[in-house]
Amino acid sequence: MLALLVAQNIAFYIIAALMVVGAIRVVTTKNVMHAALWLVLVLSGAAAQYILLAAEFVAITQVLVYLGAIIVLFLFGIMLTRAKTGNDDDLDNKKSAKFIGAGIGVLLLGLMSFSLIDGFKDTEFGDLTVQRTAEVSDSIFSTYLLPFEVLSVLLLAALIGAIVIARRD
Amino acid sequence: MFNMIDKVWIIPALMAASFLVILFFGKRWGTRATAGIGIASVSICLILSVVVAGNWISRVNHPPTGAALAADIAAANGLTPQTGETIGEEANAATKDSGETVTTDSHASSEEGHAAESGEHGGEHESVPPVVRTVTWFQIGGMEFEMGTLVDGLAAMMLITVCIISLLVHIYSTEYLHGDVRFTHYYAFLSLFTASMLFYVLSSNTLQMLMGWELVGVCSFGLIGHWWEEKKNTDAALKAFLTNRVGDIGLILGVIITFFAAGGISFNVLHINEYALSGNANTTLLLVGALCLFGGVTSKSGQFPLHTWLPDAMAGPTPVSALIHAATMVVAGVYLIARLYAVFFSGLAIGSSTFHYVAFIGGFTTIIGGLLAFVQTDLKKVLAYSTISQLGYMVMALGVGAWTAGVFHLFTHAFFKACLFLGAGSVSHACHHTFDMREMGGLRKKMPVTHATFLVATLALAGIFPLAGFWSKDEILAGSASGQENAYTIMLIFGLITAFLTAAYMGRAYWMTFWGKYRGHAHPHESPKVITVPLIILAGCAVFLGFTNFPKSFFGIKLPGSVTTRFEHFVEPTFSFPPLQHAEFTPWLAIASTILAAGGLFLAYQYYEKNRGPHGLTSRNKVALAGYTFLENKYYLDDLYTGVIAGSTKGPIARAANWFNQNILDGVINGIGFVARKIAGVVYVFGDQLIIDGAVNGSGQGSEGAGQLLRKIQTGKVQQYASILFAGAVVLAGVLVFVV
Amino acid sequence: MFLNQFLLLAAILFCIGVYGVLARKNGVLVLMSIELILNAVNINLVAFGAYWHVNDMANVSGQVFALFVIAVAAAEVGVGLALVLLIYRNRQSIDIDDVDMLKG
Repeated sequence: MLALLVAQNIAFYIIAALMVVGAIRVVTTKNVMHAALWLVLVLSGAAAQYILLAAEFVAITQVLVYLGAIIVLFLFGIMLTRAKTGNDDDLDNKKSAKFIGAGIGVLLLGLMSFSLIDGFKDTEFGDLTVQRTAEVSDSIFSTYLLPFEVLSVLLLAALIGAIVIARRD
Repeated sequence: MFNMIDKVWIIPALMAASFLVILFFGKRWGTRATAGIGIASVSICLILSVVVAGNWISRVNHPPTGAALAADIAAANGLTPQTGETIGEEANAATKDSGETVTTDSHASSEEGHAAESGEHGGEHESVPPVVRTVTWFQIGGMEFEMGTLVDGLAAMMLITVCIISLLVHIYSTEYLHGDVRFTHYYAFLSLFTASMLFYVLSSNTLQMLMGWELVGVCSFGLIGHWWEEKKNTDAALKAFLTNRVGDIGLILGVIITFFAAGGISFNVLHINEYALSGNANTTLLLVGALCLFGGVTSKSGQFPLHTWLPDAMAGPTPVSALIHAATMVVAGVYLIARLYAVFFSGLAIGSSTFHYVAFIGGFTTIIGGLLAFVQTDLKKVLAYSTISQLGYMVMALGVGAWTAGVFHLFTHAFFKACLFLGAGSVSHACHHTFDMREMGGLRKKMPVTHATFLVATLALAGIFPLAGFWSKDEILAGSASGQENAYTIMLIFGLITAFLTAAYMGRAYWMTFWGKYRGHAHPHESPKVITVPLIILAGCAVFLGFTNFPKSFFGIKLPGSVTTRFEHFVEPTFSFPPLQHAEFTPWLAIASTILAAGGLFLAYQYYEKNRGPHGLTSRNKVALAGYTFLENKYYLDDLYTGVIAGSTKGPIARAANWFNQNILDGVINGIGFVARKIAGVVYVFGDQLIIDGAVNGSGQGSEGAGQLLRKIQTGKVQQYASILFAGAVVLAGVLVFVV
Repeated sequence: MFLNQFLLLAAILFCIGVYGVLARKNGVLVLMSIELILNAVNINLVAFGAYWHVNDMANVSGQVFALFVIAVAAAEVGVGLALVLLIYRNRQSIDIDDVDMLKG
């Protein structure tokens, strides 16, 4: 019965198809700029999936951090390294490496699908309830306080590290 | 006097705070402030340590009774009722049962043992449990890991020793490292070192000891390589660090093994000791654990054959050598044996076997260290080998069951050896930073204070009556002659030989440095007060500290019990400690060792000052030359380590792998390809030719091809490594999904 | 909705990301592929989180972990791009197969 949430299911499959196509384009396109734009599609698709899963806060964070910050960082990276604006045939490794990569990817996918289907069969979500932001913040600042603090130190370290690595001496 | 003994964690914490402050603000506030912060915090620590020692002494004099005693015993074992319950709940029934019965048994038996022991000693003083204060560090798998402090006589003694010498070194360094490029770095490391050493000596469990041990190792590394611009110094630092790693593996294994040998419920030091004594522990585990721990001792305390790093460690600044590589860090190993003495006692059967591994390694080390000191021309290296030799002495004392003698020697040695090192530093400070004794000589007129203090410390090290070294050395000799049920005659011989050697090489160093004519090119002058005052204080300690353990009967002089063997009375544990017999003062041994020491000094005087005796022996006599070369090359141990061991693991294994690549793997892969191709051509070529050709060419081409193929694994290309990683993950996941 | 829908989507994205990491030569593109992998993981986390949330309303660990992963990803991209820039400045190229100074 629950599986018959038709609207959600249709939305899921459309978004999932877009995401998969986007992801494939990210790893195959010959234009770096296009790759970044396809990545935008995948990331916003993920945000949409989070909303389907009733995880609103993560969805918003996904949009803010990934689309707002990380993609911009990528664009900066692309521009600062003066990538070709048009198509570039020199973005991929040799054929053999691509072949190996594809082989490993397919094998991994096969394994994972097998174990997922075997393990979770047709487990359904129950009645999805909205996971409110207040709950998330309660959890972060009580149960996960220490990891949260550690994470802030990590971000600080990454900040300093990035400056030290990238600055011109 | 307020009760500091409960809050003793403040002492290392204070030094750690000093480290952080110097690290973050030292550069900004300037060198004076840096040194000031360091000196101020060590001074406070010293005062607090003295208070702790005072607390301990009053505790021994007025031992707790009744409920207080029971609470202390429970805290000391780390088995407070609530912890016992949590362990009991989590563990399965069998472990629970055995664990509980065992602990109660060990309580009973150990108390009986103590009662018996104190009975033997005429009711000297009853069992005084150490003060243990712990907090829960973390919990994992139902095990509660604690972090805490343990204070007993041994810890209090170490606290004071470390603080005094650290304070003097801090003061001394303000002048010695004046204008150094990394002055703040140096002081930060000194603070960190002091903090870690204090943390180490106050540890209440073996895990914590391990942490302190590694921390002091890091500081040692950082300070040996203080002047890292010179390759020699960085090499020395690396050598020290790596050699210590070898032993540290032993220590880690030892900590794990003793944990399981003691029932696998607690890392608590006293618990492990009690368990080892209770007879419930598996003797094989104890033996292996003790040997592994001794591996750690071997590297940290410079015992044969891992002593080679210690002389090289003299590349660091001299105050560091005094503090770390003579007085405190290197005795961490000795302290480890003393702290976990019951493990060594039961595991290696000290006192009941005729030959003892620990004692033998110690005795052997003292002799080889003493011999090596003769061929050194570098004053600091003479002292370094002397340190090795004296550490061997301490280990030997602990090995023959003379616990108090070993620890007492640790105590006295720390002061006079620090004095010698700082004296050497003062000399070098005056002589253009050289330590080469061939460029010294005649300095006694120019540097009277340095000379006088160096002389006092030399005599103390040589063991001349009535200086500190005499008393401690004599106790060790008496302990090996008559300590336990079985006397260790061979150790006694080792000890006497070393007494002679020590006096002789120290005489050599002394006369070469301070007598004769000045052979260098600098204009030596007496060092400023900042340097000489610490020397005077240390020399004073070298004179007087020996009396802290004045024997009960000294050539018939019987002093009242309240002044004799005070050190033994307050420092030797009376709780979870093996029943040891104490050797009495032995007049003939004292006379013999003094004669030997005086003889050594006299011979050195004749040979190096008066130029009498067989000079030029090494150029005339082949045997002497061979012996000299052997010693000069430090028994070829360094060549063994770098050339044979490191070389063989690098060269042959790489070559074997290469051969395997070239011949076997390549052969197989190319062979298969080649054979497949040949089979297509089987119509043209038949029989013999095919097979022979195929095999011969196949192996040739195969080796080349496989070599090429396998070389590609080492491409340095990240993505290839990544593909191997992911492929491995696929395979492992496949195994997990389909096989397991 | 089935739990497996999301898990399989995540698996597909993950494997595409793995392919990208192995097949791309351009440093920036490799970093993008890593983002794909991290996102796949996040989808997993949120999906499981939502699944558990149904039974235990106070449990939002899935979301919290996803947030942590996002933060770590931000740090990773920052440092990663700094490295790419450094490589570019030193060799005028960001082909990571040129960077093989660890060759055996």
